[in-house]
Amino acid sequence: MTKKANFLKGFLKENPIFVFLLGMCPALAVTATFETSLGMGLLVVFVLTMSNIVVASVKKWIPHDVRTPAYIVIIATFVTVVKMATEAYAFDLFLALGVFLPLIVVNCLILGRAEAFASKNTVVDSAIDGLGMGLGFTFALVVIGVFREFLATGGIMYGVYLPFFVDSPITIFSLDMIINLFTSGFHITDYGMKVFSLPPGAFIALGIILAIIQFKKSQTDKKAAIAKMEMIAEKKRIALEKKKQAAQSLAKAGGK
Amino acid sequence: MSFTLFATAIISAMLINNVILMQFLGICPFLGVSKKSSSAIGMSAAVLFVMVIASAVTYTLYDLVLYQYGIPYISTIAFILVIASLVQFVEMFIKKTSKSLYKSLGIYLPLITTNCAILGVSEGNITNIWTDTIPYWDGLFLAVSTAVGTGLGFGLIIFAFSSIREKLEASNVPSAWKGVPISLVVAGIMSLAFLGLAGII
Repeated sequence: MTKKANFLKGFLKENPIFVFLLGMCPALAVTATFETSLGMGLLVVFVLTMSNIVVASVKKWIPHDVRTPAYIVIIATFVTVVKMATEAYAFDLFLALGVFLPLIVVNCLILGRAEAFASKNTVVDSAIDGLGMGLGFTFALVVIGVFREFLATGGIMYGVYLPFFVDSPITIFSLDMIINLFTSGFHITDYGMKVFSLPPGAFIALGIILAIIQFKKSQTDKKAAIAKMEMIAEKKRIALEKKKQAAQSLAKAGGK
Repeated sequence: MSFTLFATAIISAMLINNVILMQFLGICPFLGVSKKSSSAIGMSAAVLFVMVIASAVTYTLYDLVLYQYGIPYISTIAFILVIASLVQFVEMFIKKTSKSLYKSLGIYLPLITTNCAILGVSEGNITNIWTDTIPYWDGLFLAVSTAVGTGLGFGLIIFAFSSIREKLEASNVPSAWKGVPISLVVAGIMSLAFLGLAGII
């Protein structure tokens, strides 16, 4: 596998959440807004990349029987680093993620990559794999987060939990901007579907997204199946024609 | 007095802050093991068992060791190691003492190490219950009651969900919604129902 394919596989083909359903707890719990999803995703990228690098570099010295506890200790170390850094530099994010910050330790995705990839491949490949898989995880979280926040409030905010690059919270996008072109005094936030920011909305939103993906997949599968059947029919037709031609030429030769 | 505390902690952990539907802990077994109600019961019994022991041990560890010696920041590493070894120990202990219990719980025990509900409840006990002034026994009592309530809530939901899912298998669901998507929507509706219990205490 090339390095580029190794990096890109985590986004769609082997997306941890949408395809393998790994790490579902954070995917439901911290995706109430775009920002918390992004923050959680970036923390997982860091932990996954670093743990993959360390596991790949010490794999020779870890006895096979105790590899799982050893991996867990490596992962837990980086989670502790991330936890303390978040508490120091993004305290609002630390409060919003709550118990799910230490729970990165038991995220099946990270242990799964250590076990399935980093323990068998080189350091560079493992780092690329960790980065790609982590960003794929982030991508999935952000998709769910944007979906939920948009349905709940009618817009996307930035700067409430991640105090980077902006001084005060800004609105990235809001339906208010479009609606206010035509009328004034109307606030879409008053008409948001609040349930999507609450726990039930998480289940329903993820269910809808997974159903859309399953629908797309079944359509491409159907197309592929039809194309395959057409190809087989075409082959049969060509073979039949060849047979006919052979029979005709035989008949001609016989006629002479 | 203490019975009221116990009952309050159990009801709040079991119904109001339900571990699966409100806190999103233990979603993997919720989706993975809930296809048959018999395996759902086995899994929830194993989770309840380990959760109670793990909460007692981790709370004690935090209060009497980590805090006393000024190293509370390594709690995540310490807890996950304690839980992993505890699960191994419980598995060996059950295997030696009771063959029938091992038969019903045995295959679920190794899965529990990476079940985030156990670590989540242990960490949650520290953030919600532990303060540097609460007496050790009071805190331990609350932590264990919360663990009992959480385990019961986990069992309640996973059993109800597996019963629904058995019916769902036979029903005519559109192909795009088959499997996980419709299960998630069902869970969302259950969660909506539990949202209505929010004010009962």
